[in-house]
Amino acid sequence: MFIFLIAQQRTHWILSQIQFFLYFLKKKSFSDVSLFRNTFLFIINPEEETVLSKGWMSFILLTYVECLWTVFSLELVVAEYHRKIKEAFEVFDHEANNTVDVREIGTIIRSLGCCPSEGELHDLIAEVEEEEPTGYIRYEKFLPVMTEVLLERRYRPIPEDTLLRAFEVLDSSKRGFLTREELIKYMTEEGEPFSQEEMEEMLSAAVDPESNSIHYKDYIAMMVVDES
Amino acid sequence: MSTHDLEDMGCGTSSSTKDRKSEKALKAALVIQNWYRGYSARLKARQRYALTIFQSIEYADEQGQLQLSNFFSFMLENYTQIHEKDPELVARLFGRTLQDSKDRQEYVSFVDVPDSYNGPRLQFPLTFTDIDLLVEAFKQQQILHAHYVLEVLFETKRVLKQMPNFTQVKTSPTKEITICDRGKHSMEILMILFVSFLVYPNDLHLNRGNHEDFMMNLRYGFTKEILHKYKLHGKKILQILEDVYTWLPIGTIIDNEILVIHGGISESTDLNLLHRIERHKMKSVLMPPISIDEDQDTDLKKTKTGANVVPREGKTNESPSEQLPKHEWEQVIDILWSDPRGKRGCYPNTSRGGGCYFGPDITSKILNKFQLKMLIRSHECKPEGYEICHDGKVVTVFSASNYYEEGSNRGAYIKLCCDMTPRFFQYQVTRATCLRPLYQRVNTMESSAIRILKERMLSRKTDLIRAFQLQDRSKSGKLSMGQWAFSMENTLGLNLPWRSLSPHLVTTDKNGNINYMSTFQDIHIQKPVKEAQSTLIETLYRYRSDLQIIFNVIDSDHSGLISMEEFRAMWKLFNSHYSIHIEDFQVDELAERMDLNKDGSIDFNEFLKAFYVVHKLEKLNKSDGQSP
Repeated sequence: MFIFLIAQQRTHWILSQIQFFLYFLKKKSFSDVSLFRNTFLFIINPEEETVLSKGWMSFILLTYVECLWTVFSLELVVAEYHRKIKEAFEVFDHEANNTVDVREIGTIIRSLGCCPSEGELHDLIAEVEEEEPTGYIRYEKFLPVMTEVLLERRYRPIPEDTLLRAFEVLDSSKRGFLTREELIKYMTEEGEPFSQEEMEEMLSAAVDPESNSIHYKDYIAMMVVDES
Repeated sequence: MSTHDLEDMGCGTSSSTKDRKSEKALKAALVIQNWYRGYSARLKARQRYALTIFQSIEYADEQGQLQLSNFFSFMLENYTQIHEKDPELVARLFGRTLQDSKDRQEYVSFVDVPDSYNGPRLQFPLTFTDIDLLVEAFKQQQILHAHYVLEVLFETKRVLKQMPNFTQVKTSPTKEITICDRGKHSMEILMILFVSFLVYPNDLHLNRGNHEDFMMNLRYGFTKEILHKYKLHGKKILQILEDVYTWLPIGTIIDNEILVIHGGISESTDLNLLHRIERHKMKSVLMPPISIDEDQDTDLKKTKTGANVVPREGKTNESPSEQLPKHEWEQVIDILWSDPRGKRGCYPNTSRGGGCYFGPDITSKILNKFQLKMLIRSHECKPEGYEICHDGKVVTVFSASNYYEEGSNRGAYIKLCCDMTPRFFQYQVTRATCLRPLYQRVNTMESSAIRILKERMLSRKTDLIRAFQLQDRSKSGKLSMGQWAFSMENTLGLNLPWRSLSPHLVTTDKNGNINYMSTFQDIHIQKPVKEAQSTLIETLYRYRSDLQIIFNVIDSDHSGLISMEEFRAMWKLFNSHYSIHIEDFQVDELAERMDLNKDGSIDFNEFLKAFYVVHKLEKLNKSDGQSP
């Protein structure tokens, strides 16, 4: 598409259009749209009109409208994300002074629908912490970082079938279940190991007391129902 | 990291398969761990949301008390009008203390313990065997006979009367001090505490809390619990209990360094004053003293008490006034109701409707002023059972685990040694036995919280619908998430995470817009009388706990009945003070229908109980709704 444009005459202002488009989209700022508008007015200056074909005019018009629409809906989306993040944050802000304990950040991020690994969580915390860590995270630092995470749709949750396949991998003999000892071994020795508390919590819900094993298909089904 | 490395040695060709296998296992483990951590975090967040709901509603209820308290002041100011119509009523309302004059013998001797009683029998003077006996009996769900209850209460009152407003305690190398909080009302806990106190009066120290207040008992159902458990003698027990409350010390001071009180402090807290006041005159947070000067005091007493008995002479040095002066009353309220906050300064505690919020600067100032080092208090439910704030100077301890619902919070207690560093011990009643997994406990807690939230919404249905319709210009029945959340927060006055809670409360369409009427589709208030108007029903439902308190106050002999005139008089006052737009004749009609015996008296408990919420999708149909 770009090559096509470059081949046309008067390309300099088409390029500057695209520049503006990219510029204010990145900034997500409404005030920059006015820049775009001014450029557009320059475009439809009557003297210039005869130079462009109607086809190109409609193309540019559509692009302009699409930009505006993207900017508007982006603004709305961002505003809604801000409020959602604020709500989740406030629930853990016990002192009502816009800070939360750093140990609760993982819970907040996950409650907003993201599933970072422990390593990814550590990186995020490093981003929102103060230069000299105080043990508390301030809302002002948390908000922009979390907004980016939500906009970029980072750390998407694991789909149900991926989870099922993961269990099936560990269940090499395809019995349909894992023994208690096997699950403990995998969860506490592989990957990002569980703490003892996490292990106990998972076992309390996952283990079928009669067979003392984990029928993972039923377990997953139960958890999925619980979440919805 | 992985034990597979060891197995790889010496087996060249299969090592790559083993590597691949172990890599797959690693990836699989990562997936499961990642998913589980996400799930577990969301569970914890849901738990926290439910807790926030419980707390907001509890605090909002307490805020409603301020209005009720104002109503009583309003009633007092208008007493001349009531007085002309019904001097009896006034005397009953404002002459509560006259029941003090009942003699111990008179009560206890009338209550016999039948031979068939197989509950615990206490021997006076009490010893530690009685404590064991009680604990064992209560574990088996037995009820202590009224005779013993009354004996214990009288004895407790006698001992408490001799104690100063602040108990002074010293630690020693051999003695440890444990600090905890009573938690939810329960007759059994109270009995164990009082009996233990009587057995070890120098080792167990009790402080008064904000729920050691007969008005609060009315509101939160403790009165009901007692009247239910002790059908014959419940009223007597209540009367003595109310007395015992007023004699509980205000606080404890440990080693002249640590102050232990229930709520908190304010910038005007004056411990020297508090040491001197007559604490038993502090009846209830809901009955503030009239702010008139001393000269008018005696005249007012005369007209108020009318034909009733003059206060006892000779037994005590009590002044004719039955109440504390206003500034002293306020001091006690601050002690019992305040909460610490991070913000500096001292400002009114609007969530509770009494006491204040005090900042770290206030703490430093007051502690320094009275040469104290630490403040230990309770009053707020903390998820971990305790919390330290204000730079280590203020400690909150909350001992009732699962306060709102199973799984809501841990309980904790503190042990102090003579080197003064406190040690915290946490517990949770269900955790030790671990009968139910976390997700089930969270589900229970969550559905309980959502239910009371829906009932709250129902009690404000008219206001909510009006707010929604204001925003819904196109009358589509839909609002955006932002609009809905805004209306909810403004109308209900509850600061809750509405966006996260919306899936439980309303239905949404494909575009993410909220069908705001969907909440009201599966719940409604059961109408006790079919012909009654919805707005009347809704108003009565909304104010039912306030009305219950007011009626209980009128019905000072706890008979459960009030006369039609009393009902009408009270309703008129209530109507005007709360600015409710219900016509008198509507209430009259309703009352007449509720007077089933047609004998001119209304069983108001039945009347108010008739207003319960029906949740169509749930089997439960009994919900007076209040926190127990």
